[in-house]
Amino acid sequence: MENQNIEQEVMLTKEDFASDQVVKWCPGCGDHAILKAVQDIFPKLGKKKEDIVVVSGIGCSSRFPYYMNTYGFHSIHGRAAAAATGVKLANPNLSVWMITGDGDCTAIGGNHFIHACRRNIDINLILFNNRIYGMTKGQFSPCTFRGTKTKTSPQGTYEDPFNPGELAIGAKATFFARGVDINPKELSEIFWESYKHDGIAVTEVLQNCMIFSNGVHENITGKDVRDDMQVKCVHGQPLIFGKNRDKGIRLNGNQLEVVKIGENGITEKDILVHDKTTEDTGIHMMLAHMMPPHFPVAIGVIRDVKAPTFNDSLDQVIENEKANSKIHCMDDLLNSGSTWTID
Amino acid sequence: MTAKSKVVALEHVVIRFSGDSGDGMQLTGNLFSDSTAFAGNDFATFPDYPAEIRPPQGTVAGVSGFQVHFGHKPVHTTGDLCDVLVAMNPASIKANMRWLRPGTIIIFDSDSVTEKALEKAGYADDPTVDGTLADYQVVKAPISELTKEALKDFGMDNKSMLKSKNMFALGIVMYLFNRELDTVYKYFETKFKGKDQVIKANRTVLDAGYHYADTWELFTNTYRVEAADLDKGKYRNITGNIAAAWGLMAASEKSGRPLFLGSYPITPATDILAELTKYKNLNVKAYQAEDEIAGIMSSIGAAYTGCMAVTTTSGPGLSLKSEAMGLAVMTELPLVIIDVQRGGPSTGLPTKMEQSDLLQALYGRNGDAPLVVIAARSSAGCFYTAYEAARIAMEHMTPVIMLSDGSLGNGSEVFRIPKMADLPSITPPLAKANDPDYMPYRRDEKWLRREWAIPGTPGLRHRVGGLEKENGKGNLSTNPENHQLMTELREEKINRVANDIPLQEIYGDKNADLLVVSWGGTFGTVRTAVEGLMEEGKSIAHAHFDYIMPLPRNTEEVLQGHKKIVVCEINRGQFAKYLRMNFPEYKCEQFNKVMGLPFTIGELEAKFNDLLK
Repeated sequence: MENQNIEQEVMLTKEDFASDQVVKWCPGCGDHAILKAVQDIFPKLGKKKEDIVVVSGIGCSSRFPYYMNTYGFHSIHGRAAAAATGVKLANPNLSVWMITGDGDCTAIGGNHFIHACRRNIDINLILFNNRIYGMTKGQFSPCTFRGTKTKTSPQGTYEDPFNPGELAIGAKATFFARGVDINPKELSEIFWESYKHDGIAVTEVLQNCMIFSNGVHENITGKDVRDDMQVKCVHGQPLIFGKNRDKGIRLNGNQLEVVKIGENGITEKDILVHDKTTEDTGIHMMLAHMMPPHFPVAIGVIRDVKAPTFNDSLDQVIENEKANSKIHCMDDLLNSGSTWTID
Repeated sequence: MTAKSKVVALEHVVIRFSGDSGDGMQLTGNLFSDSTAFAGNDFATFPDYPAEIRPPQGTVAGVSGFQVHFGHKPVHTTGDLCDVLVAMNPASIKANMRWLRPGTIIIFDSDSVTEKALEKAGYADDPTVDGTLADYQVVKAPISELTKEALKDFGMDNKSMLKSKNMFALGIVMYLFNRELDTVYKYFETKFKGKDQVIKANRTVLDAGYHYADTWELFTNTYRVEAADLDKGKYRNITGNIAAAWGLMAASEKSGRPLFLGSYPITPATDILAELTKYKNLNVKAYQAEDEIAGIMSSIGAAYTGCMAVTTTSGPGLSLKSEAMGLAVMTELPLVIIDVQRGGPSTGLPTKMEQSDLLQALYGRNGDAPLVVIAARSSAGCFYTAYEAARIAMEHMTPVIMLSDGSLGNGSEVFRIPKMADLPSITPPLAKANDPDYMPYRRDEKWLRREWAIPGTPGLRHRVGGLEKENGKGNLSTNPENHQLMTELREEKINRVANDIPLQEIYGDKNADLLVVSWGGTFGTVRTAVEGLMEEGKSIAHAHFDYIMPLPRNTEEVLQGHKKIVVCEINRGQFAKYLRMNFPEYKCEQFNKVMGLPFTIGELEAKFNDLLK
């Protein structure tokens, strides 16, 4: 490997962020598009290359750091959130990106995931959700739909899946967004929002595995259905969707419903206007929950609220303590308190 | 305050203060320790309290103890059999029978004897009258009543008055050892500043206890332990866990790498985490993670990012960290893992000491995953062991496990305060910014370590992880020859640490008939037992191992030339197995104990004498 680290004061391009390693994902895998979206947005972050760290767990998606020409850490199964927390606490100036999959993040890594959300550590977490274990060759994950036949559920699963959005918001994540792998431009926009957000930013990408769960998102991303099965969440805009943009999400009592504009006296004014900044998790939870066949899937930034980040809070305590303490070095500490001298 | 009775000089004394959990025995013990420091003795202390937070009152399970061992000569242990037992209730006698020797003075609150208290303690009759304590000198004093009597003019309620009865007991002990009361007065004045009435009440009770012992001539003799011949310098009292925390902070300051601790509460290691959370003023980032794995993983993340990273735990937590330790081996990052051992397996005996995590520390990982293992020998020594663990980790780019144990961690000792300038330097191999030839697994010839390239540094971007890497370049590699090479390099790198540690010392004649081998927290008792037999003229020597992986270069020479070798450890023979594996030509006998208790000097001496026959 040539040292790719030759630094020049020029505008970075996406090529600057591609490592020299051959990308070994299957042809047609959704991961390629996500990689492209990340490489697209990184030059625009305004961060120096050496100030970005990509951390991952284990699984197909977690090979990601090797394909990025940044600092990268490929950790162990499920533990990326813990490693990323350590990186960010060690140097809060770094922009930390965590790559994980549905198995890595919501099964073996579930505990670290919810606590990273709760603490609001400032990392960008991209969850590749293909609703299957790919690298171990096709076992069901916590995000596999009930009844799915897989290597380890030959009769179909008899358990219900997590919805990562509900899990994240329930665990107090201050940012949750969702995108689809076949729309890298939209993903880049979401990653930009993720970067701007202070605190944990969880983005679920509905990603297709060509081999083990091919077509699992087809009812959302298929050309014929996508306009009717995706509603784009744009802050301040009504949640209107459909090929003819004649459908919308209305809040009826304490429930969401799909309504048709122009039918039963419904006008655009009846449609719920998206507010990503509302503290209350209720509507965000309901939006994250929406699934076919009765609802479209919410795409875009669903939740983006302000709260103190864990890393800033720690740094603040450190600054306060430094300012107020009489002990400034180890010699001070060693000689403090109750001591005696023998002459 | 002159003693009427005869003053006898003693070399060393063990006192155990024992009472119900609410009786304030920890404070009493600590105050006595303070006066011991003031008297210039060497000393060590050990708190022995129940695992339960509020165990049933008056029962044996609820007994809380604090032991002080002090001497005119160097004190290596917190003591085993006690010379004086202060027992505030019948349960405290019951709980401590194991620690009495013929002639032990038992200072007992005779007011605590009620039918209920005896029943709770499991006594059918009063043990002080039924002959149970015939071998001991029982000094019965109506401590509760006399405390109330002393405070009768203070307008306090019964319960508040009885809270001070520990000070009455302390007064008696202070008299028995001819101690000045000033250190205790000083404590009252600082602790209760502004509350004159409280200060006065405590002084009154303390004085009352002292005078009672004097006036009533409770003891035929009183005792004095002359000041120890300690090196000149400034001293403090320190527990093993605090010493470990401070050692880490010292290493961080010395190396210039910020200290990061990722940890999860677990007995008996939690105090290191708790201690480090206090020093944000010294830039310590101590992070309480959601579990043991997150503790070590956050530390590995921080190590990658250039921190002097540490995780602290006890046995069950070490098990949980195994996979992550392998990651640290594979990524060749510096990491200190402190295991304050307790009784196992599983949850085992959380508040009791054991040395049974040794083989787990050495081998408890998937793959050939060598790392450095060193052990602390004493509470105060934990400072230097932690410092050394951090030095080796950073200078050799490897995880290092430091083994401590519950007795070392909670026990305290006199600690001669070092000067930072006198501690050895720590120079990690940092990669140079914009080095055009930088490669993640480029190694130096001498130590085979890779460089530490820290995120944020220009021109050193690279990727590491748990997958096997091509030596040098660091690209992913499944090449068979490369894996063979990398496995051997990881092993050789650890082996070469032997060139950077001291030679193994042997205490005594290097050709002695019996070589006693030990490691870790048993140092004090084993050394004391060996010294005892040496004084009797026995042909015995002692090798105490602080460095376990790698072993010191001269280990074989140390094992040579003895008729017998005995390896003493608080497990079923783990270090003995390790020595046999490395040096099969030497016969290692074993002396083992797994009762959750340290060795006693007596049982070691008996074993050694037996072997010397």
